[in-house]
Amino acid sequence: MESPLDSGPGAIARNPVPVEPVSFEPISAEPKPFGSVPESGPLSETVAPQLRRPLVKRHHWIVRLTHWVNAIALTGLIASGLQIYQAFPHFGEKGNVYAVPNPFDAAHFPAWARLGGWLAGGLQWHFALAWPFVISGVLYLGYMIWSGEWRTLLFRPRDVRPAIQMQLYYLRLRREHPAQGKHNALQKGAYTFIIALGAIGALTGFAIYKPVQLWWLTALFGGYELARYWHFVAVWLFVGFIVLHVALVLLVDPASLRAMITGWYRGRFPSHG
Amino acid sequence: MADHEGLSRRDFVRLGLIAAPASLVAACGWDGGPILRPGLASISRGNDWVGEKILLADTRLARQYPPSARSRTMPNYHVASATPTLDDPAAWALSVGGLVRKPMRLTLPMLQALPRVTYTVAHHCVEGWTTVATWTGVPVRAVAALAEPTSDAEYLRFDSFDRDSHGVTYYNGWDVKSAMHPETILAYAFNDRPLMPDHGAPVRLYSPVKLGYKLTKYLTAMTFTRERPGGFWEDQGYPWLGGI
Repeated sequence: MESPLDSGPGAIARNPVPVEPVSFEPISAEPKPFGSVPESGPLSETVAPQLRRPLVKRHHWIVRLTHWVNAIALTGLIASGLQIYQAFPHFGEKGNVYAVPNPFDAAHFPAWARLGGWLAGGLQWHFALAWPFVISGVLYLGYMIWSGEWRTLLFRPRDVRPAIQMQLYYLRLRREHPAQGKHNALQKGAYTFIIALGAIGALTGFAIYKPVQLWWLTALFGGYELARYWHFVAVWLFVGFIVLHVALVLLVDPASLRAMITGWYRGRFPSHG
Repeated sequence: MADHEGLSRRDFVRLGLIAAPASLVAACGWDGGPILRPGLASISRGNDWVGEKILLADTRLARQYPPSARSRTMPNYHVASATPTLDDPAAWALSVGGLVRKPMRLTLPMLQALPRVTYTVAHHCVEGWTTVATWTGVPVRAVAALAEPTSDAEYLRFDSFDRDSHGVTYYNGWDVKSAMHPETILAYAFNDRPLMPDHGAPVRLYSPVKLGYKLTKYLTAMTFTRERPGGFWEDQGYPWLGGI
């Protein structure tokens, strides 16, 4: 189980937060489809008791609550946002459209991807769901800072090397899963990115909601037209993240789905450090 | 907790409770239905309150542009099937009434004789596009100063002679705070020329602190009220304040 990262001057060793000694079980190089050989799940009843991992508390209720509130709000915000975009599926002034890359110029999104039925309905949903989105985001950030748990999640310069190791592992250029704390370095990168994206999504939203009253915020994003563009770019980054996030949960660590619902985790990764 | 074995049935039920309404709503392009629609409307009113009472500054002016920044085109828009025009423009006058001490009728020359404001600003449409244009007119608050609204006047209603195919007249309800903003004007000129019928001649309401659908064209009356007036689009679900 010795990896270069465990013994060398790697980033994990420099981590001031003590990492619990964790023994990783060898992970098959073949990706397992979800449900075939569950790491944890309904079929784990059949696994011999000595092979069971300990059940540990992984997520505080604030994290779980804000995660799901945010998941629902974001889904609705994206769908109602596409409905709003439909009213003028371009960027810039009318008749003098911006030359910004936009694969969705003049796009018509299918009805299943839209929420609100028409522009007014989309606006009502969007401005209603902005409340739980922002409140859950602020509550979550407050909890992470107050509890000190941000240390397990914030991607810092020292996470660059372990992130590369992790990427090599995923690319099968490295046999063993690098040691990690609650989250591996790639996860830290992804979660730090998505929290920043959430903030940018909300701030660009306010910038185009009140471009006169919040003119300084609008100016920060390059003016109304560009703020609207960044708000739209954020949508596709969110969509990309959600697809990857759900796929990795189901394929790599299905036990984490239960942990995000009940708080309890019986998976192969550590829950602390 | 006794059953910590894997993802329990209860967990799946909980997950379903979360996912089912979300996916149902997302799948149907739902406008809220009879159950949620009143709730959404209430939240929209709450957002109006935040927009007016917290975010709207009485005197903050919109960013002004040089005339060279004007857009090449300004989309025209009305709810009537054809551009609304007056049979006898010379007979037109704006009625100023409701909860005022001095109700009056102001002709176009009278409005043009009042203090005028000219600015080149960005027009924001609720659809998401903008255009830059120059507008000239008399501040609503200058007209209000003449008519002297009473202390119980909390809203304004602006009526027009633009009518849709069902005979519904285009109108807008405004909060007094936005109406008394120094840049809220009764505009009679567009890009240095008299307002043409495609932009609401002879006089339209204009303000850079509101979305386009709040800026009543083809004005006929300006009425101070105690009750909150609705609006042509606002009655159908568009945000009532429409402040930006």
